Amino acid sequence: MEQLVFYLFATIAVVAGLVVVLQRKAIYSALALIVCFGSIAVLFYQLGAFFIAAIQVIVYAGAIMVMFLFVVMLIDPESEFFSFNRIRRVSVLALPMSAVLALILLWAMPVLRESDTNSQSLAQKGSIEVIARSLFSDYLLPFEVTSILILVAVLGAMVLAKKVD
Amino acid sequence: MEYAIDVGKVLFWFSSIMGLASILTWMERKQSAVMQDRIGANRADIFGFRILGLFHIIADSIKMFTKQDFVPAQGNRILHTVAPMIALFFALVGFAAVPFGGTYEIAGYTVSLQVLDLNVGLLFVFAMMSMGIYGFVLGGWASANNYALLGGLRASGQMISYEITMGATVIGTIMVYGTLSLQQMNIAQGELLFGWIPAWGILLQPLGCILFVTAALAETKRVPFDVPEGESEIIGYFVEYSGMRFGMFFLTDFIETVLAAVLTTTLFFGGWQVPYLYAGGFEFPWGGSFELPVVAVMLLQVGAFMAKVFTLCFIFLLIRWTLPRFRWDQLMRLGWTIMLPLSILNIVVTGVVLLIVGN
Repeated sequence: MEQLVFYLFATIAVVAGLVVVLQRKAIYSALALIVCFGSIAVLFYQLGAFFIAAIQVIVYAGAIMVMFLFVVMLIDPESEFFSFNRIRRVSVLALPMSAVLALILLWAMPVLRESDTNSQSLAQKGSIEVIARSLFSDYLLPFEVTSILILVAVLGAMVLAKKVD
Repeated sequence: MEYAIDVGKVLFWFSSIMGLASILTWMERKQSAVMQDRIGANRADIFGFRILGLFHIIADSIKMFTKQDFVPAQGNRILHTVAPMIALFFALVGFAAVPFGGTYEIAGYTVSLQVLDLNVGLLFVFAMMSMGIYGFVLGGWASANNYALLGGLRASGQMISYEITMGATVIGTIMVYGTLSLQQMNIAQGELLFGWIPAWGILLQPLGCILFVTAALAETKRVPFDVPEGESEIIGYFVEYSGMRFGMFFLTDFIETVLAAVLTTTLFFGGWQVPYLYAGGFEFPWGGSFELPVVAVMLLQVGAFMAKVFTLCFIFLLIRWTLPRFRWDQLMRLGWTIMLPLSILNIVVTGVVLLIVGN
């Protein structure tokens, strides 16, 4: 049963990921990305990382994708913004970047496989207590720096969006 | 037997929610009628019996099912169909993590009256609520109608704004009870302060309670927060919907009202706790006790939960028929410049108090 659920949602995640890339209409790409995030959240849930699963849905599938959908809906799909020529110029970068990502994954897989032999420890790593403890003790400085970075980004967006008279 | 308990739990909880939501559709009409000195819905009858117009629930659903189902010619047929389903599904799924009773030992079986016992139950409910937004946004977009799109955008803008306040408000409650599990929170609310006051959320987090109820009402998108629907101006994201698809959006509003009431009960009004009622019966702090069998305790606690939820729904309807609606800019100003700072203040004050009390 557990295996069945895993393969079902892994397949959905992969197919949805492909749809994101291959679909010409931006709105379907955005929707497929939401489905992809959702099915990855199910995989996190299966691993026992309930907190990460919930955060995956709230932050990625919920908050961030709503913003994506906003932009896609408000911009005319026929407009220059989504035109194929414009995207083709960027797509030159796609191959090297995907290659780098694939290399990172290939390098990381054996490392991860060694560490996940004990799935009990994996489940514990995803629990809210463990994450909170490491965030607020071992990684306190990076955590706070990141929050300041996000604050600066928010302020920057406000300044850019508001017209200065 | 284990399966039977599980199925029974799900059926009971699901039918309670759907039943309460459909009773609310009738209550909305009847209560507003009483408040405005009218008679209200009373025409639907079966063999002359009217029972205060309660048959209107059945009449309405028959009407919804038999009406023409319309998709705009320019609209997106698939998304137009799926959107109300998304809205209804995620509104209902959120209830799974909410306990409607404690854990009881009955005839050798352990019965835990919660469908999905999750140690991050509160986050699960929030996750499902944030997914529910897509139903309204897609419904507005797929209708190929500018008013519907405007309604969908307003809905998502409003829900995101108030979800932030809601999340920030709940942090105070999480700090006080030290858990994200809704069942653990309910158990913690059974304890007594100073030996006699029940440790309910409303007493420990009075400001948090007010902010949470306000934000939860905004999430339901009903008056005074009905800008996304705006029946007297843009009609909103469901302007191009008819038949049962409109019915789903309509029902979702009421299910969200029930969800707001259920969450408020769970977080701030002790959930299924009855003051001084423990597993063995009543034990009063001034001495004296009253023994009760387990089944009676269970029925009392589930009954108390339902009574609290129903009372809150009643109050929410009162608010809906009392207050005029906000303008869009007033709504945003209330959310971002009043409620969000107040909820952050609530976190700080709670933290300081917890530090002092803890030492």
